[in-house]
Amino acid sequence: MIDTTTLWTVILGLGFGSFALRFVFLGFIGNRALPAWLLRHLRYTAVAVLPALIAPLILWPAANGGQPEPTRLVAAAVTFGVGYFTKNVIAAMVSGALVLIAGGYLLN
Amino acid sequence: MSSYARGLRDGLPFLLMVLPFGMLFGVVATEAGLSLTETVSFSVVVIAGAAQFTALSLMNEHAPTAVVLASALAVNLRMAMYSASLTPHLGATPLWQRALISYFLVDQTYAGSMLEFEKRPNLSISEKAAYFFGLATPVCPPWYFATLLGAWLGAAIPTELGLDFAVPVAFLAMIAPMLRTPAHKVAAVTAACFALGFAWLPYNLGLIVGGVSGMMAGARAEIYFEARRKT
Repeated sequence: MIDTTTLWTVILGLGFGSFALRFVFLGFIGNRALPAWLLRHLRYTAVAVLPALIAPLILWPAANGGQPEPTRLVAAAVTFGVGYFTKNVIAAMVSGALVLIAGGYLLN
Repeated sequence: MSSYARGLRDGLPFLLMVLPFGMLFGVVATEAGLSLTETVSFSVVVIAGAAQFTALSLMNEHAPTAVVLASALAVNLRMAMYSASLTPHLGATPLWQRALISYFLVDQTYAGSMLEFEKRPNLSISEKAAYFFGLATPVCPPWYFATLLGAWLGAAIPTELGLDFAVPVAFLAMIAPMLRTPAHKVAAVTAACFALGFAWLPYNLGLIVGGVSGMMAGARAEIYFEARRKT
């Protein structure tokens, strides 16, 4: 069992800390101009952080004990391919989901 | 169609990842002994899936409170990068809106709004903010609701094969169309490689190493390709 005091310390501390991380630039910099070198780096935040976030999840899924799994790899490749060539987010998500569902049926 | 409505429409598919993920948190939290109020408060106050799971599992292992907080906040460090990245787009909104945007800033609302802001650079500040809040509508309140549902239904929820993969699939689908220039591709490939290479780091810091390397590689590549175009 988790102690109630510990739990609420964590909930409130994590809530405050997460908000501070989210607010730090938006809130304190506001519409002041940022230096060009920083803006140049920020242009690549989305295409850097999100791949870094999902690359290990794709290659080493925890649901498969951290081992690469064929259905998930194919689903990832199809999602990426459809997204890249059609630029259509929904089409890409649906294709990936269909591969996962089909793979789940075929392999079970 | 108003910017808010467009954001709402574009955010609807996120329900497919938010609902199962939120319900899973509800189930896991109740199994760890949290009450309904505690479980839902967790999701409302923190509103960050991965960090919530991290904190919960560490508390289950009776890790010291400081370690729980430091680890879960490390998982959320990327939010500061999102905040910086959105500042050129939303920094001019009123303070109360910036505070609300910060509260609702999660992977989905960030990725979705960056995709839109890059696709339509001519949106006004208030249109951009409205789009962001539109996206947040089918993401954040459903997160609370799904947590509550998971806590209620408990272990009755099947955790079938593939559900865990909703998150990678959704983000891949959003990243792929963002890779417009060679510099964007360099950034993404570098970030993924570094994140994999540094995945052994504790506290999920491999993600931060990957993200920062990718941003630096993208910025360098931009300068390189610009110079080459001029010659």
